[in-house]
Amino acid sequence: MSAPAILHRVDGVPREAIAFELDGHACTALEGDTVLTAILTQSARLREAEFSGAARAGFCLMGACQDCWVQLVDGERLRACTTFVEPGMRVRTG
Amino acid sequence: MTTKQFVIVGAGPAGMRAAEQLVAAGQRPIVIDEAQRFGGQIYRQPPAVMQRERRDLYGFEASRAAAVLDRFESLLPQIDYRPDTLVWQIEANTLQLLHAGRTHTLPFDALILATGATDRVLPFPGWTLPGVYTLGAAQVALKHQACLIGPRVVFAGTGPLLYLVAWQYASHGGEVVAVLDTAPALAKLRAAPRLLARPAVAAKGAYFVARLRLMGVPIHSGATLLKADGHERVSALSWRARGATHMTECDAIGFGHGLRAETQLADLAGCEFDYSDVEQAWLPTRDAAGRSSVRGVYLAGDGAGILGADAAELSGARAALAALEDLIEPTSMTSRGAQLEREMQPHISFRRGLETAFALPPRWAADAPDDLIVCRCEEISAGELRACVRDTGTRELNRLKALTRIGMGRCQGRMCAPAAARLLADAAGCSLKDVGRLRGQAPIKPLPISLLHDAAPSTTVPEDEDD
Repeated sequence: MSAPAILHRVDGVPREAIAFELDGHACTALEGDTVLTAILTQSARLREAEFSGAARAGFCLMGACQDCWVQLVDGERLRACTTFVEPGMRVRTG
Repeated sequence: MTTKQFVIVGAGPAGMRAAEQLVAAGQRPIVIDEAQRFGGQIYRQPPAVMQRERRDLYGFEASRAAAVLDRFESLLPQIDYRPDTLVWQIEANTLQLLHAGRTHTLPFDALILATGATDRVLPFPGWTLPGVYTLGAAQVALKHQACLIGPRVVFAGTGPLLYLVAWQYASHGGEVVAVLDTAPALAKLRAAPRLLARPAVAAKGAYFVARLRLMGVPIHSGATLLKADGHERVSALSWRARGATHMTECDAIGFGHGLRAETQLADLAGCEFDYSDVEQAWLPTRDAAGRSSVRGVYLAGDGAGILGADAAELSGARAALAALEDLIEPTSMTSRGAQLEREMQPHISFRRGLETAFALPPRWAADAPDDLIVCRCEEISAGELRACVRDTGTRELNRLKALTRIGMGRCQGRMCAPAAARLLADAAGCSLKDVGRLRGQAPIKPLPISLLHDAAPSTTVPEDEDD
């Protein structure tokens, strides 16, 4: 998590906090966050491209480009832009 | 009264108005929506836990959004609305659906496809860096997630969305460091007569530009996007205009070049396609009412050709009337249908104006460097595509796909097809029409592999167990 977070929240949309785990670190998201938002408000990558290994952080945010699939610690894969974050979710981006 | 199984795919403006028309005729349509809440992309609603004003979400379109969203909500008891559901295949008047990790089949008598659009993307080197998103994505981040894609953003490309999103970011606390329109300023003047087919919409566009200038946002026309730089994430965009090269530092880039219709389901349904000079794309053919070439399949909204949200409401209603005319009452809807078709005319004229005002960069394919990544799924470069054309003489897009895997990645060509088709046409020396279009393939989006296990025949299932 070297590069600064990509997404910046706008003010005035208060919600409950949700605890989840990102690459082994305890993190906080907000209710209503997608997994993509939960990750990219703390970090600048969702995954690595299979061929070049370059960092990726999604592209279309509407379920079309399939560039934001992430893996949970238990092996389950999910599309980060169309899945809501859940309390206790353990996400791996490395 | 006769009831038939009317199924609508998509709950944007076209799908919502189609449903309303069917309910008015006493039918109970099924509306399949990939999203968790109705609205489509244009009137996308934030998760219910977020309390946000519609004025804040939809700007000038707030009353229009409220009208169509509230109307649909009031009709929900008379609609079988199925959110969070993907149609991944169509065969023999039956849809294959995916919901909550399970697959289901759904037969239909009439199918209205209102599948919408995504950004049309002509990429530049560095477009795969974290922090580079489509214009649509930049808007979704704000509308659906109350987030900006960065504190300092460059918006680039062309199309009405370019100025709208830039203005939305500037008015939500984002620093818009530049708006770079790849279309020349003169193009807007040339398009003016057609844009005046919808003077209020043209005025809104002019308002966004004026507001952005008042806020001190630099706006440049006729820009060529050269390269995004950055390590781990984007930090600058290089571009050229009027012979001078510039580098603008930024934390994020939102870009796109208009929209492209989402036509895969029409393709799987067996609809005929024809080349549209206006859209510079192959689109499913339809009559003025929205009938496709396949009996019982109707097309509406931007998924059938980009005409915008207001026209989508009209074409959604019209397609529903056509389905009712064909299945229920042959003549009762004729006058209303004709009226809707008349109301659609200014949108069609306006659309031609938009394509002139926001013309695609004519030299994009010729100027794309060999190391440009065209397919972001499998990282296939422009040079690899050109080498394939050179070595094999291929002139057809599906052949190029077979040989290079362009369009074969997870996005199934949604992101790369417009660019790949242009590169192929340029390298092979033929027209965009002649290279054809990528065939749709099921499943149109990735399915969990566990479905195969679920679907496998088992000898131990009791005979009386259904589903």
